[in-house]
Amino acid sequence: MPRLYGSALILALLLLGCTKADENTIQIGVIAELTGDIPAVGASCKNAAEMAVKAVNTAGGIDIGGKKYTIKLQVEDSAGRAEQAASAAQKLITRDKVIAVIGPNASSGAIPASEIAETSKVPMISPWSTNPKTTIDPRTGKQKSYVFRACYMDSFQGSVLAAFAMGHLKAKRAATLYDVTSEVLKGQAEVFKRTLEEKGGTITGVETYTAGNKDFTVQMTKIKNDNPELIFLPTYYSDVPLQVRQAKMLGIEVPILGSDAWGSHDLLALCGKDCEGYFFSSHFSANSTAPGVKKFVDDYKAIYGSIPDDVAALTYDSFGILFEAMKKSAKPASEDIKNAIQKITGFQGVTGNITFHEGSGDPEKSVVILQIKDGEFKWFADIKP
Amino acid sequence: MAYISQQLLNMLQLGSIYAVIALGYTMVYGVLSLINFAHGDIFMVGAFLCFIAAGKLHMPFVPVILVAVAGTALLGVGVERFAYRPLRDAPKVSAIITALGVGVFIENFTLALSPYPRHVPEILPVVNWNFSGLTVSSIQVLIVALSIGLMVVLDFIVRKTSYGMAMRALSWDIKTLPLMGVPVNTIVALTFAIGAGFGGAAGTMYAMAFPVIDPYMGIMIGWKAFIAAVVGGIGNIRGAMLGGYILGAVETLATVALPSTYRDFVAFTLLLILLVFRPNGILGVPKTIKV
Repeated sequence: MPRLYGSALILALLLLGCTKADENTIQIGVIAELTGDIPAVGASCKNAAEMAVKAVNTAGGIDIGGKKYTIKLQVEDSAGRAEQAASAAQKLITRDKVIAVIGPNASSGAIPASEIAETSKVPMISPWSTNPKTTIDPRTGKQKSYVFRACYMDSFQGSVLAAFAMGHLKAKRAATLYDVTSEVLKGQAEVFKRTLEEKGGTITGVETYTAGNKDFTVQMTKIKNDNPELIFLPTYYSDVPLQVRQAKMLGIEVPILGSDAWGSHDLLALCGKDCEGYFFSSHFSANSTAPGVKKFVDDYKAIYGSIPDDVAALTYDSFGILFEAMKKSAKPASEDIKNAIQKITGFQGVTGNITFHEGSGDPEKSVVILQIKDGEFKWFADIKP
Repeated sequence: MAYISQQLLNMLQLGSIYAVIALGYTMVYGVLSLINFAHGDIFMVGAFLCFIAAGKLHMPFVPVILVAVAGTALLGVGVERFAYRPLRDAPKVSAIITALGVGVFIENFTLALSPYPRHVPEILPVVNWNFSGLTVSSIQVLIVALSIGLMVVLDFIVRKTSYGMAMRALSWDIKTLPLMGVPVNTIVALTFAIGAGFGGAAGTMYAMAFPVIDPYMGIMIGWKAFIAAVVGGIGNIRGAMLGGYILGAVETLATVALPSTYRDFVAFTLLLILLVFRPNGILGVPKTIKV
């Protein structure tokens, strides 16, 4: 008999535990790279997520089908690793029963996490993952229906950068150096190479290294020997300063072009004066005059004391897209939210005008080219598809 | 011609750093037959001490390197006293697992304090000299000169001083040595202090040449320096120096001759082949166990 009471007590406690995540709260999961190689990315993502959710909750919550709900965030660390990103997604979906997941940011984590979101039928929006495989199943070539991104893709970015290199920088001969362990950077370099060659340019050399390497002098010496007019450097912000510095030490004077992987304000501190004058593609410009950007930048600065970077802006837009879709849903169910995201057109985010098309998780939006000038990221051009 | 000499210079710089770190592995192995897997992380601590001394306290070059060397030497002695000494009579496997654990501890301790990559400011003004296409920077000259200087001093200590004689005797027979009146614990501590101090010096030089540092920076370079020590003949000091330069040369040549993706693959394949023919390394002597 006592055993029966015991079981009943445990059952009661369990039920109590279940009902505690009550019907007026909606849980949203965030997977961010809080530790590991790119902790600045994770920190920006977490900051913007907390800011977006706080804004909704202080306004009295979100209205879904005539009922107000408060949002609760569950933040998990992916440590920038594929396996940890996957287990974080699993944990958020099965244990916390989140209604949607924002993140991971790096494609290396976003691809495995997207598999879990797709099979569990929970919508996932990656703010920063630019690799096609995040939204497309590489085995079947079909679009995943529950996975979205807030940014444009590598293929688009790589071709825009190649066009920019040839058009604006007048460089016909280019060399590239990238981290071969990063799928996203490899993708950018490959598309850049293909587009440049299609347009009649030449790639003088493709050099690679593996993550954690800090000595690039051998590769840079090879690049210098081939005498290119430009170096395309799709590498993470933590590697860029060393590569640029070593290039300069070897007397390489040609312009260096980067991709969105440069887009962290830590780059300015790490680079010092070495990166002055170089261009890179970005998702967001803090000194853009587009509506809503100034308020976002001011609010972010007031809370965290720094200017929001790409990841912060894209995370903020990911939440914007999610909230917009939730408002248009009849009930707070993953299925309804997914359908509503697919129908979003002309969403005015801080990273530009975002439109989704039925049957695709990739938005239509423009590429921003920034220049590093006087120790700041300055807006240079907006390139529309 | 300029291209070849430029790559030779790169080779020399990389090899010098590997050689100085490899010395830390080989010295500890020499006296205790223990592979100190935490050595790569001690190197990382050296780089962080350099960052604190130069970036936060704005010290000039000489105090910076003294702080880094003294700090890591103390860390090395502390690790030996609290992690390895209690296990000196335990099976070798336990000591190796402990060494791995100490490494993970140091990494995560640094990670908890500062997970972000840090920029080390210029400690000495960098000057580039140009000799008809060959660019030589003052940092490269400093690294190569300082490494060779350190190795000459160490070679002198080990071969000519009474402490050096005690170290060599210790590697020969740790059981009998106390009977001769040699303070074993002091000599072991001194060995760790020198080995770790070399790691700290290498960390400082590395942070000057490649001024973005992070808590994981010691892992890969630690492994490579360990391999350099094995190639040269672990336990042999001149072997560690030779191994460092060989590894630096093989890595550079592999990158020059082949796509850079194959670098580590080719370098390590060659080293494995070398070990098949010389299992004790180039200068190593097989240990015979007398029954």
